[in-house]
Amino acid sequence: MRKYVLRFTALGYLLLVLLGPLVMVFVRAFDKGGDALWATLTDPNTLHAFKLTLVITLIAVPLNTVFGVVCALAIVRRRFPGAGLVNAVVDLPLAISPVVVGLSLFLLYGRTGWFGPWFERHGTQILFSLPSMVIATIFVSLPFVAREVVPTLREIGDEQEQAARTLGANGRQTFWRITLPSIRWAIIYGVVLTTARCLGEYGAVAVVSGNIEGRTQTATLRVQDAYENFNQAGAYGIALVLAAMSVLVLVTMTLLKPKEDAA
Amino acid sequence: MTYLSIVVVLPIAALVWASREEGLGTFWSVATSPEALAALKLSLGMAFAVSIVNAFFGTITAWVLVRDDFRGKSVVNAVIDLPFALPTIVAGLTLLALYGPQSPVGIDVSLTRKAILLALLFVTLPFVVRTVQPVLLELELEAEEAGRALGASEFRVFRSIVLPNILPGILSGVALAFARAVGEIGALVLIAGNRPFKTEVASVFVFLHIQGGDQAGASAVAVVMLSISFAVLLLIGGLRFLATRHERA
Repeated sequence: MRKYVLRFTALGYLLLVLLGPLVMVFVRAFDKGGDALWATLTDPNTLHAFKLTLVITLIAVPLNTVFGVVCALAIVRRRFPGAGLVNAVVDLPLAISPVVVGLSLFLLYGRTGWFGPWFERHGTQILFSLPSMVIATIFVSLPFVAREVVPTLREIGDEQEQAARTLGANGRQTFWRITLPSIRWAIIYGVVLTTARCLGEYGAVAVVSGNIEGRTQTATLRVQDAYENFNQAGAYGIALVLAAMSVLVLVTMTLLKPKEDAA
Repeated sequence: MTYLSIVVVLPIAALVWASREEGLGTFWSVATSPEALAALKLSLGMAFAVSIVNAFFGTITAWVLVRDDFRGKSVVNAVIDLPFALPTIVAGLTLLALYGPQSPVGIDVSLTRKAILLALLFVTLPFVVRTVQPVLLELELEAEEAGRALGASEFRVFRSIVLPNILPGILSGVALAFARAVGEIGALVLIAGNRPFKTEVASVFVFLHIQGGDQAGASAVAVVMLSISFAVLLLIGGLRFLATRHERA
């Protein structure tokens, strides 16, 4: 009896807060029929927004992957003073509001900021253009790869790496042949999480991008723009594509998990 | 490490510096202006409410996922991560679709504080579940069985045996959820209405004041939010330390 009460409490809560609303997006997106949906999705500004989101993701994810692995190796394998501090700083983006991140970048690269005037003199615009949006996205998606790789590295220990070294392997060989294969799944899992975060970033990018239609408007910004301009079908249509992407991310994560356990 | 300092540390330093430039007096008067105070209070109040609801439902959900068995459990388990994968603006829109003006179930909470609570519950749902679940999985059943054999009631078993073990997990999940709730913006912009003194949370306050060109006001509130983030991180660090000490003993 108690078991069922708990089960239905948990499932009921999930249904009310999570699944119910999600199903409705699919319903709303097709409210006005498939043609209307297709028309909003192939609008040049919408296409540009999706392209921009993809470009930002394609720049941010590789950079954060390399950084995440290097950082995890530094935290776990090298005992250097300040490793604990690095560990804490890596977690910062998880606790800081994206808007605060956006504002910080705004102040750093703005007209009166520390770097703003220098970049202006050299003819590069950072704020309200691609560079600041990429930097903002990198900031908020920074921790995911490192967070996944650190525990895996701790768990596998360093006996194999030591063995490889005794057998005469140099640092690079040890990394490519021993370390990398054993943290492979953790990295992929981290990359999936990073990608999801990059595709969905809103707050930080909203502050630094200027939200110019057809130029610095990403997919998430376009959802808001469409909704506020009473283009509900458009908003739900773009949201549907983004939601489909996250479901894809979720499926990938679920498929990867058992393999990660087995490794 | 250079990457880390350029990407993370430098912007934050710039923010703190900018708010200091105006002088401590100005900072204080801006941060305690009625609108800023109302926004901060609302954010903190909502974050506390969200933390309590999450502690309760998150623990139950984790329990059901570990100890219960039913068809489709693995699907439910996967769905828990959905708020992490879904863009927050889409999360806000999904809630509008079901609990907004054209609600098919006749519940319209949009533009009220209930909407803020709902949106925050949506985005923070995974935290407690995901921190309690691994601890429950590791927990040995023998202690609970021994408790029961010695005549303890189910409630007593939970309170004296299970709860002390999962408490650090619950607390660190709650702390993460709290930090997220204070900083959340994407899920709120569409559904909350953002009216000053009523439904304007701190993050939205910062956002609107940047767009309005009021950098001093935005920075002051942002610095307060930043301090809250640091406090939460310290708390999580402390909890992690406590939890591992327990393991070693």
